[in-house]
Amino acid sequence: MVKDQEYLENKASYCLDLAKKLGATEASINVGSSISETVNFRNKKLDESNRSDNLGVDITTYIGKKKSSISSSNLLQDNLNILIEKCIETTKNTPEDEFNALPDKDLLAQEIKELNIYDDTHIENDDKIKYLSILENSASGDKRIINTESSFTEDKSNFILANSDGFCKGFKTSSFVASSVAVAKDDKSMERDYEYTLKCHLDDIKSAEELGKVAAENTIRKLSPKKIGSEKIPIIFDKRIAKGILSTFASAISSSAISRGTSFLKDMIGKKIFSDTINIFDKPDIIKGLGSQSFDSEGVKTETLKLVEQGILKHYLIDTYNGKKLNLKSNGRSGGTSNLYFDNGKIALKDLLNSNSKSLYITETIGHGSNIITGDYSVGATGFLVENGEFKYPINEITIAGNFRDMFQNITLANDLEFQYSTNSPTVMIEGMVVAGK
Amino acid sequence: MYYQLFMSNFFEKSDLSRNEAENIISDTLKKCDDGELYLENSKSESILLDDNKIKNSSYNSDLGFGFRAVSGEIIAYSHSNEISKNSLRQSSNNLKSTLKSAKGNYNHSIPKSNKKYYENINPIEQKSLKNKVEILNEVNKYLRSKDRSVKQVTANFSGEQKSIEIIRSGGETLTDIRPLVRFNVSVMLEKNGRKETGVFGVGGRQSYDAYLKEDNWKNVCDEALRIASVNLESKPAPAGEMKVVLGPGWPAILIHEAVGHGLEGDFNRKKTSAFHNLMGEKVASEGVTIIDDGTLDNRRGSLTIDDEGTPTEKTVLIENGILKNFMQDRLNARLMKTKSTGSGRRENFRHIVLPRMRNTMMLSGKQTQEEMIKSVDKGIFAVSFGGGQVDITSGKFVFNCTEAYEIINGKIGSPIKGATLIGDGPSILKEVSMVGNDMMLDPGIGTCGKAGQGVPVGVAQPSILINKMTVGGTKL
Repeated sequence: MVKDQEYLENKASYCLDLAKKLGATEASINVGSSISETVNFRNKKLDESNRSDNLGVDITTYIGKKKSSISSSNLLQDNLNILIEKCIETTKNTPEDEFNALPDKDLLAQEIKELNIYDDTHIENDDKIKYLSILENSASGDKRIINTESSFTEDKSNFILANSDGFCKGFKTSSFVASSVAVAKDDKSMERDYEYTLKCHLDDIKSAEELGKVAAENTIRKLSPKKIGSEKIPIIFDKRIAKGILSTFASAISSSAISRGTSFLKDMIGKKIFSDTINIFDKPDIIKGLGSQSFDSEGVKTETLKLVEQGILKHYLIDTYNGKKLNLKSNGRSGGTSNLYFDNGKIALKDLLNSNSKSLYITETIGHGSNIITGDYSVGATGFLVENGEFKYPINEITIAGNFRDMFQNITLANDLEFQYSTNSPTVMIEGMVVAGK
Repeated sequence: MYYQLFMSNFFEKSDLSRNEAENIISDTLKKCDDGELYLENSKSESILLDDNKIKNSSYNSDLGFGFRAVSGEIIAYSHSNEISKNSLRQSSNNLKSTLKSAKGNYNHSIPKSNKKYYENINPIEQKSLKNKVEILNEVNKYLRSKDRSVKQVTANFSGEQKSIEIIRSGGETLTDIRPLVRFNVSVMLEKNGRKETGVFGVGGRQSYDAYLKEDNWKNVCDEALRIASVNLESKPAPAGEMKVVLGPGWPAILIHEAVGHGLEGDFNRKKTSAFHNLMGEKVASEGVTIIDDGTLDNRRGSLTIDDEGTPTEKTVLIENGILKNFMQDRLNARLMKTKSTGSGRRENFRHIVLPRMRNTMMLSGKQTQEEMIKSVDKGIFAVSFGGGQVDITSGKFVFNCTEAYEIINGKIGSPIKGATLIGDGPSILKEVSMVGNDMMLDPGIGTCGKAGQGVPVGVAQPSILINKMTVGGTKL
């Protein structure tokens, strides 16, 4: 069992009291506990079981405008005493920073919203094994599938965030994840692909049969890929990678990148950075949402932000420190976004695929090719050539490149938004990008 | 015992005695093929200067155990922060319930060695916080005074000391104390509305001062500044297949991504690596020899023993173009009927052991970099990289240039913008047509990620000429 609220609160208040006693003018403590149990299958047989029992504390102490922090997984009192003493000592020796502060009291969350993000159901390993058996049978039906690896993880977490301004709150979360990775082979190639399902509630995950079937289909259709020539061609991003575009956008509007001047979206509030039809939301109170939360990692209450309205940037993602630096109030985004999504598009996927006589449908990218300072983007990609709305053949060993400034202005969204992750996008088409191949 | 003089005594403040722990371990593993209790105590620090201020000074102390039982191909693993009777028993029950039908014979043999590749030091305590803060402030001042277009400076120290103890069935105990430090500088320039960055760092398994003595930190700053200045002048990179000359040292991430991962034992046992059926075959041009070496003194990727207790070694992967060995941990070695190469590694006690790289190196050949560049009509010369990634199964890999130039008619031309290069692992080394005489080790800053686990690694290579690779620029 994860540690209960009372245990975590006791640890947090012990740390808080000791920090103050040793000379901290302010302090903030996060105590967390999580238990995760995983079962892995490979080629229809049990491969691995893994139980993970985690406990941890993060302590930040302030002496005036000086600040330092420690973290530890050892919550024995002796160790906490040594660490807090060390933290205070380090704080004294760390130079002042005028922007160091706890969040403004009036911004702190007053309540924990009922978001239904915890499911107490415990699923025994034997039941995980049953699910995985069905999954792997479903995934390995085709003789071209030569290897399957699947896993089922149940995760439960609990935490308390406490600070010296009297804030002391936390909540439990749970997740159930099943995934399947298949390898397929023919005489020309060997390919790998996957499918997974992730939900707060056990009842909401996809059926084992469906998951295995999709993983196998995704893999088989990649066999015998071709390399195409270098050209400018419309790129269509599958939903599972289109969300990456939103993640890059979120990093570029984080108050830390803005205040440091290291973002291509600095000074763009009120300016049109996307095409007219684009709206982007960050909504923390979606029931059962994978990114749902009542407050951010500093305890500041989070409310829905319409980050982009008709293409115009309306907000940065602001925490306390960088907010003070930018002379803006925190909007509860310390630690990033909650449930971030593009508002649904207007056209059907079928029509999007048909909107050009030739386009490239990308299902996976590799490499770390997003530069948020310059907006430059260049990554390796695999996918399919689409002609007149039809998938023609798989494509491999190419790169796609462009600059986000231009890419954002040339986005068209399909109307197939679903909430499968904490960041969600419908299928995205971007025109004007360059493919490098042969 | 000797090790207790230096080692963390994991049972000192626990209700669990060493003897009791040994009994639980032996009882749990009695019908298993392999397994151990892995105990770890690590201390780490990070001090960060950013935007003219010391932004962060943090310290982490991490303690816990990971208990592993292996039977046939099945691994049961359980870990916890609490070193207690209750916690270890709970883990033991968990392992037993997974391996209900285990019928193995525990393999007690583990090679021994007295060699050590780094000293028992705690780098965090060897330099005062005050001194670290002073250096970071000087770095900031130095860079901002050196060039007026410097708009942002980030510099940080990170240091760690990790003590591990491995207790095997029967009570056999293996220990190691591993220091690790890193010093990094990142600088952003802005000129005529353009912004570009340069990053450089140094590190390894020694004290900070081994890397920063006297004014050595200035060299790190100068290199970061030089890369950023070059990038300010860069023009769009070309798109398409062309010849690529790679500089020596850090560009060996190519080797790491293109062939390294594909030669790790697990993917080959499972036959999911593009290399699994190529043992003894020619996979690279003649003259290409690649080794993975855990025994280089004080290097970031070096280990005295791996995380299963096996002493590390120098493993020849490819010799003169022929595939010779995979990198193995105990589990994959047993199932593939070979021996562990001392490549079993884990990020920390929360993770299972996997076969991983240590310091992966392509050895020197005979040509010079000058000859390579001269031989290219149209291509690029890539000097520095951000990082890379590989799809083990299809063999396709990428890496991102952070400093590169075009080559026109045998001469180095203008710098080009950061671009991704993509290639095919099993065939790329056959496209190597020249191997330089200038092998260089990387500066000691690499971290490799696999299955969600990051471990410190090193790479090295001489300059090489690759006949054909796809450059992912925007200029058609």
